[in-house]
Amino acid sequence: MNNIVGMFRKSRNVLESGGITPMVEEKIRCPICKSIDVKRSVAKNKMVCPACGYHYRINAKNRLKATCDKGSFQELITGLKTQNPLDFPGYENKMETTKAATGQEEGVICGTATIHQQPCAIFVMDPQFMMGSMGSVVGEKITRLFEYAAEHDLPVVGFTASGGARMQEGILSLMQMAKTSGAVQYHSDKGGLYITVLTDPTTGGVTASFAMLGDIILSEPNALIGFAGRRVIEQTTKKKLPDDFQRAEFLQDCGFVDAIVQRTDMRKTLARLLKQHSKGGAKA
Amino acid sequence: MMTAYERLQAARAQDRPTSRAYIEQLFTERTELHGDRKYADDAAIIGGIGNLGDIPVTFIGIERGRDLQERIACNFGCPMPEGYRKALRLMKQAEKFCRPVICFVDTSGAYCGEEAEERGQGQAIADNLMQMMGLQTPIITIVIGEGGSGGALGLSVANRVYMLENAVFSVISPEGCASILWEDATKAADAATCLKITAEDMKRFGVAEDVIVENFDAFEVMCADLKQRLLQDIQTLQKFGKKEISEKRYQRFRKLGMFSE
Repeated sequence: MNNIVGMFRKSRNVLESGGITPMVEEKIRCPICKSIDVKRSVAKNKMVCPACGYHYRINAKNRLKATCDKGSFQELITGLKTQNPLDFPGYENKMETTKAATGQEEGVICGTATIHQQPCAIFVMDPQFMMGSMGSVVGEKITRLFEYAAEHDLPVVGFTASGGARMQEGILSLMQMAKTSGAVQYHSDKGGLYITVLTDPTTGGVTASFAMLGDIILSEPNALIGFAGRRVIEQTTKKKLPDDFQRAEFLQDCGFVDAIVQRTDMRKTLARLLKQHSKGGAKA
Repeated sequence: MMTAYERLQAARAQDRPTSRAYIEQLFTERTELHGDRKYADDAAIIGGIGNLGDIPVTFIGIERGRDLQERIACNFGCPMPEGYRKALRLMKQAEKFCRPVICFVDTSGAYCGEEAEERGQGQAIADNLMQMMGLQTPIITIVIGEGGSGGALGLSVANRVYMLENAVFSVISPEGCASILWEDATKAADAATCLKITAEDMKRFGVAEDVIVENFDAFEVMCADLKQRLLQDIQTLQKFGKKEISEKRYQRFRKLGMFSE
C-alpha cells in the first residue's frame, strides 16, 4: 500500500505544473493488474488504469480539474489558519511539512463551479493532507460552504476522503462532526440538494458525519468506506475479515451507497442529477 | 490534583454508578422502551419515559452494566447502530410530545465490529448528529463516565452538556492515540495529557457548560442537586420557541473550533 502512495506522490508535482497531464513520458505500474502504462495516458483517463479500471487516489486540485468545467471553479473560504489549540506535541511541525509537501493550506478546498454548465457549491477533501483528517479548519470551511450554498440557493457536491477526525486537535475535531452535520441540516431545511461522492478512503468521523448525510450518496469503485478501521476490528474480534469488507461495493450491498460511479462517468452523472434538481429541471 | 490518566481510570472504574443508577434516582413513574423498530433492541442504550419532578421527560443512557453478566449483555457499553437508531426514535417521539430529552453518556466508543459496519455504524451516528441538531425540544446531556469519540457524540448534540468531575471526553482513546503516534499503547498516560480530555478542559473549550462535583457516597444527595439543575435548565430552555431551541443548539456547536483568519 505504501508503494502505491509513494508512486503517486513522486509524480504529483509534475501533474500540477503541467495541468492534468504530465509533460514527460513517465511510466506508471498499476498496483492491481500490474500493467505498465505511460503516466500521461493514465492521467488523461483521470488516473483510472485503462487496463483494469483501478482508481488511483488523486489530490483535491486534480479532482477539481477532473470534475468542474474548465475555468469555472472559484475558490471560496480561504485564509483560515490552523492553530494548535491543545499545544499538541509535534503538530505545528507536522502541519508545516504537510503544507510544504502538498502545496495546500488545509485538507479541503471549497468553492463554486459548474459541471456541464450546472452550477453548484463544491468541496473536495485531500487524502494526501494529513490523511484528509478533519480539524477545526476543515470543519469550519465545510460548514461555511453549506451556509453559503443555503444562502445562494446552490446544491452542494462534496468529495470525501478522510481518515477521520484529526486527533491533534482533540475534542475540537470531534465537535466538527456535530457542527458540519448541523450545517448539512441547515442547507437541507432550505431545500438544498447535497450529493456526496465517497472516495478512497472515507473513514471514521467523516463517515459518521457529513459523508453519510447526502440526499444522494455516490461512491467511486472499490473505495474504502467505514467507521472503524479494518485492523482495529480484526484485533478486537480476532477474526479475519473478507477482502471486500468496507469497500464501496460492500457498502452498496448493505444499503448505504446509492450508486457506484466510475470516475470517467462522474461528471455526466453529477450534471444529470444536478439538472434534475435545478429550478429549470423537472420541477419547473 | 488528579492527572488526566487518573481521571480516565476513575471514569472507567467498575464500581462507578452507570446510567441505570442515575435514571432510577432521577426519574419516577418510569416506563422503559425498547427497540429501534427496524432491526433489534440494543441493550447498550437504554431509554424510556419518566417524570423529572412533575415533568414527563424522555431519558436515554448508554449502559455499561453493573456486573459481568450485565456487561456482557450490553456489550460493555459499546452501542450498535440499532442503539443509536433506538435513541433517535425515542428523541423523535419526545419531540412529538414536547418532552425534554435527558441523555447519559458512558462509553469507550461505538461498537467496533463486522456487524456494526454492515449495519451502518457511521450512518447511524451521522443521522443522530444531524437529527439531534434539528430536534425542536430541549436536549441535555450528562457525561457520567467515559465520553469515547463518535460513539459518545451520538448522544451529545445537546443544548447543555455537563461533565461529572472525573468524566472524560475524547476524540480517540488515549491508548489508540498512543499506538498511532508513538506505536506504543503503553504511553496512554502521556496521550491522555496531550489530548486534553478532562471535564475542566471541556468547560474551557466550550464543549461543556459546567462540571458536576462527584459524591458517590451520598449518591441521593448528588442526584437531588442534579435534578434541581436539570429542572432549572428545562424551565429556561422551554421559554424559547421550538425552532429557537434547535437554532440555539446549532449556534452552540457552530462556534466550536479554533483557528485564525
